[in-house]
Amino acid sequence: MKRRGLIWWVLFLFSCCMLCYGLLRGEAAVVLQKATALCLECVGIG
Amino acid sequence: MPGMRGDWLMKKKFFRWRGQSRRLLVQIGSALLTNSHFSGFARGTLYQGSLKRICLPGLNCYSCPGALGSCPIGALQAVASSVSFDVAYYVAGLILLFGLLLGRAICGWFCPFGLVQDLLWRLPVPKLHRMPGDRLLRLLKYAVLFLLVLVLPAALTNAVGMGEPLFCKWICPSGTLFAGLPVVAADGNIRAALGGLFRWKLILLLGLLLLATVVHRPFCKYLCPLGAIYGPLNQISLFRYQVAESCTHCGGCRAVCPMQVEMPQKPNSSECIRCGRCREACPQQAITPEPICRREKRKQACRDA
Repeated sequence: MKRRGLIWWVLFLFSCCMLCYGLLRGEAAVVLQKATALCLECVGIG
Repeated sequence: MPGMRGDWLMKKKFFRWRGQSRRLLVQIGSALLTNSHFSGFARGTLYQGSLKRICLPGLNCYSCPGALGSCPIGALQAVASSVSFDVAYYVAGLILLFGLLLGRAICGWFCPFGLVQDLLWRLPVPKLHRMPGDRLLRLLKYAVLFLLVLVLPAALTNAVGMGEPLFCKWICPSGTLFAGLPVVAADGNIRAALGGLFRWKLILLLGLLLLATVVHRPFCKYLCPLGAIYGPLNQISLFRYQVAESCTHCGGCRAVCPMQVEMPQKPNSSECIRCGRCREACPQQAITPEPICRREKRKQACRDA
């Protein structure tokens, strides 16, 4: 039980670090750019 | 006083609804909420606002004309296959966070394509409890995640250094249904550009939708890379099930489970989408969500004592 809690907290902190690091280096802008243009692969044009 | 909040909640209609009706309401509500750029469906245009920086928890294509947020799997591939980055820390962190909070409850409650499959499964046609080769087929989603989402989009790049979102391109039926069909219906130029790839994706979509009428959620069971990420996190996520000692092993939960989870032995199996059918079927009411805060744990201990 305690071990599971510890793993949860470690992964939680790890995910927060990844999220912040990604945001700091501007990955959200790439996501926005991709998401606001029509994705031809998703639609099936390729 | 302690019962006041509970009484107030019970007066609200939503909290009087039980089980599958409540889940269906949440599924429809979340699908409408995250795809509420309704004018986009008429014009065939996408929402351009900054909300699209944020990934949604479920498989919700960002090229759906109604989508207000981004698809986590699409975004993962988009960042990894971009010229600037090889690893998508932001999207991976967000997906991990969603998984740590809810695990595969996201699949059962908040995924629009899961909702479509659930509705198809309600059709009154003979059901197939288990596909031939079910165990092996369930491993396929991990291969899809590893190859088509994580490795190949970053590895197979062109001269400029850009890769392709291979899962979106060759597999994703959610993209074909929620993005492809509405955009194709609204835009003549797109219609004129359709070719073999669209036909392949359409055949795959129709095959999966047909299969979903006889097998429960075939895409989630066998192909979904998001389920492959959230599944293992069921073991440690905040939303977990526990089976009390009052369980008589009558097999009622196993009989109703559409994902064929061995509930008394593995209440937090990576296949469980937390639909709650087992909880409704249990005559002993032995399956409950595991309490997460100390106060709830104390209450649980008092009840058990």
